[in-house]
Amino acid sequence: MTGFGVEPIACEKNHKFNLPAFFDLFSLDLATVPPRLTPMPSTTEFGYDSKIEGDVIHTRLDATLNWFRKNSLWPMPMGLACCAIELMAAGASRFDISRFGSEVMRFSPRQSDVMIVAGTVTYKMALAVRRIYDQMAEPKWVIAMGACASTGGMYRSYAVVQGVDKLVPVDVYVAGCPPRPEALLDALLKLQTKVAREPLTQAPNASRQNEEAARAARPTEPAAVQV
Amino acid sequence: MIGVKPIDCHGVVIDMTPLDLAKKLRENFGEVLSEPVEFRGEITLKLSDAERIVDVCAATKKELGFDYLVDITSIDNYGEDPRFTIVYHLYGYGHRCHLRLKTDVGEEKSELPTISGVWRTADWHEREIYDMMGVRFRGHPDLRRILMWDGYPYFPLRKDFPLSGKPSDAPGTGFTRTAPLEGGPFVTVPGGKDTIEREPRVRNPEE
Repeated sequence: MTGFGVEPIACEKNHKFNLPAFFDLFSLDLATVPPRLTPMPSTTEFGYDSKIEGDVIHTRLDATLNWFRKNSLWPMPMGLACCAIELMAAGASRFDISRFGSEVMRFSPRQSDVMIVAGTVTYKMALAVRRIYDQMAEPKWVIAMGACASTGGMYRSYAVVQGVDKLVPVDVYVAGCPPRPEALLDALLKLQTKVAREPLTQAPNASRQNEEAARAARPTEPAAVQV
Repeated sequence: MIGVKPIDCHGVVIDMTPLDLAKKLRENFGEVLSEPVEFRGEITLKLSDAERIVDVCAATKKELGFDYLVDITSIDNYGEDPRFTIVYHLYGYGHRCHLRLKTDVGEEKSELPTISGVWRTADWHEREIYDMMGVRFRGHPDLRRILMWDGYPYFPLRKDFPLSGKPSDAPGTGFTRTAPLEGGPFVTVPGGKDTIEREPRVRNPEE
């Protein structure tokens, strides 16, 4: 591991709480990191030491904000079918989604960060799903849980949306019919990894806009859903 | 349960059979009701005039004790005339007999009287038939679509409606798109010896 691309980190003494190094795990785009003004001697610890640094922590702003965000992703439980049962199991004691900071299921879109679409999305429900997604505040993410939410699943019919990504941009797809709670937790961890890597210099919804544009270019799918 | 006579809640043996009840019904409505047809112990009566359905249903409920309307279903006899068949499934908790009534409705008319005044539960059954098959029920208190939204232009359970659906747009209300069938529909064959034979696959009968 290289700390900010300059010096190897000596963290023998301070391995318990090495905050900048912890953030650095997620700063993939090293070219954007400003170089240190003074070269660091190789024996200097690179880590947070309250005796030396006091109350000041040096880190990157986006790493910090993303750290806050990714550890309290409040879900909007969009439970539409049997996948919602597994979603409930993921929130209950045996699997306990609160270990990952997502136990606060909010049935109010303005207080939630990630919409977990758990189940079959029918055309009758489609605009309601879209409306709730639109009501969620940025930044927001979507997990498509199970075969139906991802692709329409076994419902190849006139009544079922063939994948919720035809309505809202999806960040993580979970396979399974229904997926086990572990699979949902894995999806949540993958989403956390994604959230931690989101650069602030890019508009939060830029990738989303790209996705919407790509979707509009495909003629078999709804170009723009008027809500 | 063949050969075992049903007993009511007081332990009294019930001697009524569906055939007896059907014959009793024909005493009053012999001119419009067919001979009872028995198939696997189930009795079906065909009503030749759909306009009489309310009278017949009221008689089955009040005089014959069919106090439970189990279901109303509809059949699309596509390519034949009359096109639609409406099927009423009746049951009586007192005598524990089932009875099935059928009546035909032509495509030009596509209308028959509602029986929601006889059994209130017919309200939603008739709404569903209207929604899926496009047959209207005259005098229905609230004949709206029940599964699709108002303004959806098709009747999805008709035989000439493709399984993959048709695209539609009702701005602000709903939309539909065609589902990719990929050579389907996917058909499940029961009784296969392994999962590969049983699971849903593309099976075209002409191939």
